[in-house]
Amino acid sequence: MRYMPHTADERQAMLEKIGVGSVDDLFIDIPEKARLNELLDLPLHATEMDVDASMQAYGAQNLSPSVAPSFLGAGAYRHHVPTVVDHLIQRSEFLTAYTPYQPEISQGTLQALFEFQSQVALITGMDVANASMYDGATSCAEAVLMACRVTRRKKALLSGNLHPHYREVTGTTVQFTDFSVTEFDPRLDGEEDFSVKLDKDIACVVVQNPDFFGRLQDFTALSEKCHEVGALLVIVVTEVVSLGAVLSPGEMGADIVVGEGQSIGVPLSFGGPYVGLLATRQKYVRQMPGRLCGETVDQEGKRGFVLTLSTREQHIRREKATSNICTNAGLCSLAFSIHMSLLGETGFTKLAEINHAEAVSLAEALSAIDGVDVVNDTFFNEFTVTLPMPAEEVVEQLAAKGILGGVPVSRLMPNNSEFKNHLLVAATETTRSDDVERFVSALKEIV
Amino acid sequence: MLNNVGRPTQPNAASDAAISQETYTGNKALNLETPLIFEQGVPGRIGVDFKEPKKVKSKLGALAKKSKIGLPDLSEPQVLRHYVRLSRQNYSIDAGFYPLGSCTMKHNPRINEKAARVTGLGDIHPLQPISTVQGALGLIDELAHWLKTITGMPAVAMSPAAGAHGELCGVMAIRSAHAAKGEARVRILVPESAHGTNPATAALCGYKVDAVPARDDGRMDMEAFKAKLGPDVAGVMLTNPNTCGLFEKDVKEIADLIHGVGGYFYCDGANLNAILGKTRPGDLGVDAMHINLHKTFSTPHGGGGPGSGPVVLSDALAPFAPVPFVVEGAEGFYLQENVEGDAESSFGRMKTYHGQMGMFIRALAYMKSHGSDGLRQIAEDAVLNANYIRVGLNDLLHAPFEGVCMHEALFDDSTLKDTGVTTLDIAKAMIDEGYHPMTMYFPLVVHGAMLIEPTESESKDTLDMFIGSMRYLVEKAQSSNDADFFLQAPIHAPRRRLDETGAARKPILRWNAEA
Amino acid sequence: MSLKFTKDHEWIAIEGDVATIGISDYAQEQLGDVVFVEVPDVGADLSKGDELAVVESVKAASEVYAPVSGVVIEVNSELEDAPSKVNEDAFGDGWFAKIRLTDVDEVAELMDDDAYKTYIEGLS
Repeated sequence: MRYMPHTADERQAMLEKIGVGSVDDLFIDIPEKARLNELLDLPLHATEMDVDASMQAYGAQNLSPSVAPSFLGAGAYRHHVPTVVDHLIQRSEFLTAYTPYQPEISQGTLQALFEFQSQVALITGMDVANASMYDGATSCAEAVLMACRVTRRKKALLSGNLHPHYREVTGTTVQFTDFSVTEFDPRLDGEEDFSVKLDKDIACVVVQNPDFFGRLQDFTALSEKCHEVGALLVIVVTEVVSLGAVLSPGEMGADIVVGEGQSIGVPLSFGGPYVGLLATRQKYVRQMPGRLCGETVDQEGKRGFVLTLSTREQHIRREKATSNICTNAGLCSLAFSIHMSLLGETGFTKLAEINHAEAVSLAEALSAIDGVDVVNDTFFNEFTVTLPMPAEEVVEQLAAKGILGGVPVSRLMPNNSEFKNHLLVAATETTRSDDVERFVSALKEIV
Repeated sequence: MLNNVGRPTQPNAASDAAISQETYTGNKALNLETPLIFEQGVPGRIGVDFKEPKKVKSKLGALAKKSKIGLPDLSEPQVLRHYVRLSRQNYSIDAGFYPLGSCTMKHNPRINEKAARVTGLGDIHPLQPISTVQGALGLIDELAHWLKTITGMPAVAMSPAAGAHGELCGVMAIRSAHAAKGEARVRILVPESAHGTNPATAALCGYKVDAVPARDDGRMDMEAFKAKLGPDVAGVMLTNPNTCGLFEKDVKEIADLIHGVGGYFYCDGANLNAILGKTRPGDLGVDAMHINLHKTFSTPHGGGGPGSGPVVLSDALAPFAPVPFVVEGAEGFYLQENVEGDAESSFGRMKTYHGQMGMFIRALAYMKSHGSDGLRQIAEDAVLNANYIRVGLNDLLHAPFEGVCMHEALFDDSTLKDTGVTTLDIAKAMIDEGYHPMTMYFPLVVHGAMLIEPTESESKDTLDMFIGSMRYLVEKAQSSNDADFFLQAPIHAPRRRLDETGAARKPILRWNAEA
Repeated sequence: MSLKFTKDHEWIAIEGDVATIGISDYAQEQLGDVVFVEVPDVGADLSKGDELAVVESVKAASEVYAPVSGVVIEVNSELEDAPSKVNEDAFGDGWFAKIRLTDVDEVAELMDDDAYKTYIEGLS
């Protein structure tokens, strides 16, 4: 076996040194009845060539958005990841390092985390960000728990236009705690009236921008209303590229910002691993979940970085921890940070501008089709269209023609008949003119 | 002709006088420093080229951004050099031995990385029509089959994102199972030696943690355990092999006892590596166990993630598994994405999409490479290596528990007593020896614990060198008055010991532009 | 003014019906460098044994429990910027909170200086 170095002679010599007759003597603590004497009913070891072939075969059975025209979004977006990003994250020293608990030999990971936190704080318009979480939805749940700790209140209001999976994950996470969530109904016009429920018992209101349907909204007034009753405003951003073109949550008065960072540097990979973002105001730092990296100096006075405020974490606080999470999205946050470094201010804002322009031009092309209407008055790079027939059927027919034509709203809101004919459509810098032409002509044939 | 313009080809004769170690740049030959990325930007540089955006009428409404963000502008070669320099300040398993107990730092095969980037796997969208992702669902299904076979369990929830997330999944399933029977149980039993995540998880599920002490042989105290059992006990969370590197011999009795009071057995699977192909949790009475794909199945640690923590479940808990999950139907695979139909008892959703697909791909490639024979060899070599270290050191360092260990060897600091040298000092001196330190001060039940997990990846030569190095350090601590040698360590690392107190008292958590 | 102690290493100093509370020198030494102290809200009504404060070092967080019952009337807000005062002057500038006693009899149950000294000698 290519990964294990011992020869039979070496194993024998080691057993003799240990003073046992056979390797099975080392497993005597396993109850005899539960010991396996046969091999597991699985194939024997395989060559690298064969493993490669079997994985390639799995890939070949899927329709790849790298090959097919793709307009999918709903919280995960196809963007171009510069070659440098994947090259760097595969460097041994990043890929195969452990969590940086030994700062003297982990400055690479730590400085990169510090830069990541700084970048996230800047784009969200907040004071501080943590070193990342599992993904956007889990960050959202953690933000609600955090808001409950900060305010010492127990109820959260979730916008109906928050990504349905974010609502579900948040509900699942709090279901056995003292906290509860109240969900509003989704509304295409985004005109939600939180004031009916917003009182001094509410820990936070959670909204999304652009919202699930792609609409943009200014939450400045809502943040003021929240603060009047001592509640926090949590703003969720599922497409971080929008922050290059749109007013930041910090500028609107958000207290906690939650994001899905996948769009920057992280491949779609069928839904994970992604990189959850969580940023907040300085005064709430000690109530923040997740890992944090901080600046300090070493014995010789040289600048260095360490994981800090770790007393918030599970390995010290145990049942009183701010969260049970002990990892961050390590390599994905590194990919995010490298990509963001390559973009810089100039590139990030330009990327956002291109995304918006591609979406506007796609919306014009689609709305020219009879029976297809664009619902949104505002959007960034994703919008909702209505079709004259169920979106699920349209998407299947498009797939049969080799086109990935958007996400039916009904897939995420299966029990809401109001949205049966609604389709979410996204464009990015990867959208090509001939992709749009194929999409439009195929859609014309179907509807 | 005589050529007298050549360069000297032997070192110069040098005097013994001390020379300055300082350099103008702060770099030391191959040790290259790099400022923060924010300190390197020049507005107008760019690291990615774009085509010009189409001219369109903006649909941003009143929300168009007017302010600057403050990101630095750099070129591609600058960014590349920055991160290459950063990377060189990291220790990694590719570069050296990582005897980090409880963390299973093993070889990360590169075929796994290649597989995760295959066209049609690494680039597919989570919400593509199901008909266009049959290969992806088939892959998840095959991985599920391997996990179920390895553990002898009937079901597996794939979506949890890491070990702690898997724990949350398992304990939520337990709470849901009790709720379905109309029971509201309040206590969950957790041994003192447990990972800190166990009590944190139990608390998130509304349970009160009741700690069970350990016996003198490092296993859970069965008498204390029995005394704590009762109708209000929801279950027990036990790591097996446990955090002392020992197999809980009474595991079947523990399972029977907890089932006897109507509770469930949660097994923390962090240490699965030691028992692959040697025993199956399903045969030990386990109801739920998370599997750290980033440990046992070598999806890389990546400097702290991402992980992946599928949870195998017994028949009793399977109905409560979170959505989504893959189901094989007459027309191929489909995804059960909502709490309805087959999933009507599901406790909900844990992640935005379906799970850590990128990690699934790597783990499956790893398992296929090993096969049933290789998986068993992993456990045997991991346990062999740990015991080899145990006998190589236990005349110098005190092992608190007698007998063979599983995949990790545990020592306490009793033989360092009165030397002025602590476990931490030994660990920092190990850095100068070119090793990543072992796990320190965990488990908490052992004073000054040193937990050493070599894994199956390491050769006998590496282990012999490591044992020699540890003996050198411990003997030095015991025999000399040179405490300063240890207090100063590490001296050869990119940084000396860092001021963690200062970092926590006045947290600086981001770069700020000079005012 | 003499101090009274608890087994959890809190000290209190009584003046009239007001008790000043902190942690002992022994406790701060065991904790190591204190990096943060979470003090209670003024006005909090605490029963004996309730969580009064959390004191954090780099590697540990410990709860400080109310040694007696009472209402918090003042907290040491200087600890927010200078938690090191707990290390430097545990019995003085490092105090945590002042509470107005609701049950003066509880004070009698606490250890005096000598009893506490004997107690910590027994711990090492």
